[in-house]
Amino acid sequence: MDANHPASLAEQVARPPFSASADWIGLAAILAAAIIGYLLFPNNLALLTRVIGIVMLVLSIDLVTGFCGVATLGHAALFGAGAYAAGIAAAHFGITDPIAMIAAGAAGGAVAGLISGLVVLLGHGLGQLVLSIAIVNLFHEAANKAASWTGGSDGLTDIAPSPLFGVFAFDLWGRTAYGLGIALLVIVFFLLQRLSRSPFGMLCRGIRQDPIRVAAMGASVRKTLLKMYIISGVVAGVGGGLNAISTQVVGLDSLSFTLSAQALVMLVLGGTGSLYGAIIGTFVVMLFEDFVSAANPFHWLTIMGALLVGVVLFAPRGIFGTAAQLFDQWRRR
Amino acid sequence: MQSVLSIAVDALAYGMVLFVISIGLSMTMGLMRVVNLAHGAFAMVGGYLASYAVRDLGLGYVAGVVLAVAGTVVIAAPIERLLYRRIYNKPELIQVLMTIGITFCVIGIANYLFGPTLKTIPLPEMLSGPVDLGFRSIAAHKLFAILCGLAVAAALWYLVERTPFGVKLRASVDNAPMAAALGVRTKSVYAASFAIAVGLAAFGGIVGAELLPIEPYYALRYMVTFLVVVSVGGAGSIGGALLACLVLGAVDTTGRYLVPEYGEFFFYLAVIVIVCAFPRGLLGKA
Repeated sequence: MDANHPASLAEQVARPPFSASADWIGLAAILAAAIIGYLLFPNNLALLTRVIGIVMLVLSIDLVTGFCGVATLGHAALFGAGAYAAGIAAAHFGITDPIAMIAAGAAGGAVAGLISGLVVLLGHGLGQLVLSIAIVNLFHEAANKAASWTGGSDGLTDIAPSPLFGVFAFDLWGRTAYGLGIALLVIVFFLLQRLSRSPFGMLCRGIRQDPIRVAAMGASVRKTLLKMYIISGVVAGVGGGLNAISTQVVGLDSLSFTLSAQALVMLVLGGTGSLYGAIIGTFVVMLFEDFVSAANPFHWLTIMGALLVGVVLFAPRGIFGTAAQLFDQWRRR
Repeated sequence: MQSVLSIAVDALAYGMVLFVISIGLSMTMGLMRVVNLAHGAFAMVGGYLASYAVRDLGLGYVAGVVLAVAGTVVIAAPIERLLYRRIYNKPELIQVLMTIGITFCVIGIANYLFGPTLKTIPLPEMLSGPVDLGFRSIAAHKLFAILCGLAVAAALWYLVERTPFGVKLRASVDNAPMAAALGVRTKSVYAASFAIAVGLAAFGGIVGAELLPIEPYYALRYMVTFLVVVSVGGAGSIGGALLACLVLGAVDTTGRYLVPEYGEFFFYLAVIVIVCAFPRGLLGKA
């Protein structure tokens, strides 16, 4: 690409910003950040683990919104389904092995992804947004009603995961949960990188840019999007399961419109369409929130709102997208 | 029979309040194609201003309402000029984020200025008691809300269908570049419609304050409801919005009376069914 002839926005966004060899650098960066986090906040590992859970949710939104261009305000349905599936497996069926609980979470997320995908993909534009909101609220009300299974508005308790591999117990400090979270994040990130470079990932990017053309080429847009929704459900479900294990309680707020909207905001602040953007956005927003809302939750809302408006106006590609662009320009000199 | 009647009256009042607030959103969405999630925030601002004017300044109800509606429009005008005009032709995701950002700011500022407590708007004597309709009596403010909804629907219908401004408005909705080429100042039409929409939102927020109480999270709590009404009714259609409000108001109120433990389950189920069956809304244009 000639520097004097900048590509169209769509091309630039669709082009992966770094080469495949940089993937390993990315994984190394995550591990390094994990160790730094452990050393810097040894007393705050529970918060960091929660952030990792939300990162999974934001990554899963990135899969459908950033890659496929489906706008959704109801993705917490997938996250909450995973959390409840893991929690119910532990509390009602005695499946307390953490790996099995994560698997239950992934399965729950996949089913929720299938259901949401089937409904949300029926609509277009505003209708699609409203359907996604309706889905998450429907899940919320259903979980509230099925109190004997979910604990209703009191939340689901009695989740006592057994030691990881029978060796590492979940201690009060949250070290085991943090380690599990980091391991899951690295695995998920690695697989998603593969996915985004695969022909399937390219097809999804193609659908985002021009669904009619993709359909004309002979690919089924609806089937592809539905598959991506299920994959997205697995990722969100793993995040939800992780959250259920680390906090040992699942509340109705994990199925809320508010969480969906917050996660979308994190994604956009970080930058859509790139996996790094999702991670950076979540960490920046959640750590910042923890810091500011300790002082006053409403100041936090004002700042967050102003930040959103600013990003939309001046840096529509988010933190990571803008940084990658600046880096790109610097390298071309 | 009594309970059927009281459900009907409540559903009608709730539906009409929804209509007064949402019709402005429907107009702006049909005209400028902006998914404006901050619409509820303007309704909330109207409620706060009215509460301040009537309760704290001691103005009369009518004067307070007029001042609050005007004040909300004055607050919203620069926001339209500076922020909304930049997102008129952008993708939905951008519009959603920008307007969520504005909503967050309004919530934060409202809480800072007015505090986190519920604000009431004292009703004049005429509206605070029950009204005897002969066969039964209903709360006067509900009757007032119903009448306001009908008046707004009629006035808007007249404005859009029978006035020169309405002609320009419809021309801009159907084909903005062509309307501009024929000499319609589309930007002024946009600004004027936005002002009307915000004014109606504020008015609805005030009239409906008894049913949808004014507090800082108002903007977030009912944001979805207003959006749902517009998408069910079809953006830009007055009749569609009215029908959607009546149907959704009926479903929601009936559900709350008969099966309260299900919460809003049936409301959202109805939304999914209607949006899937009528992708362009009940009376939306193809």
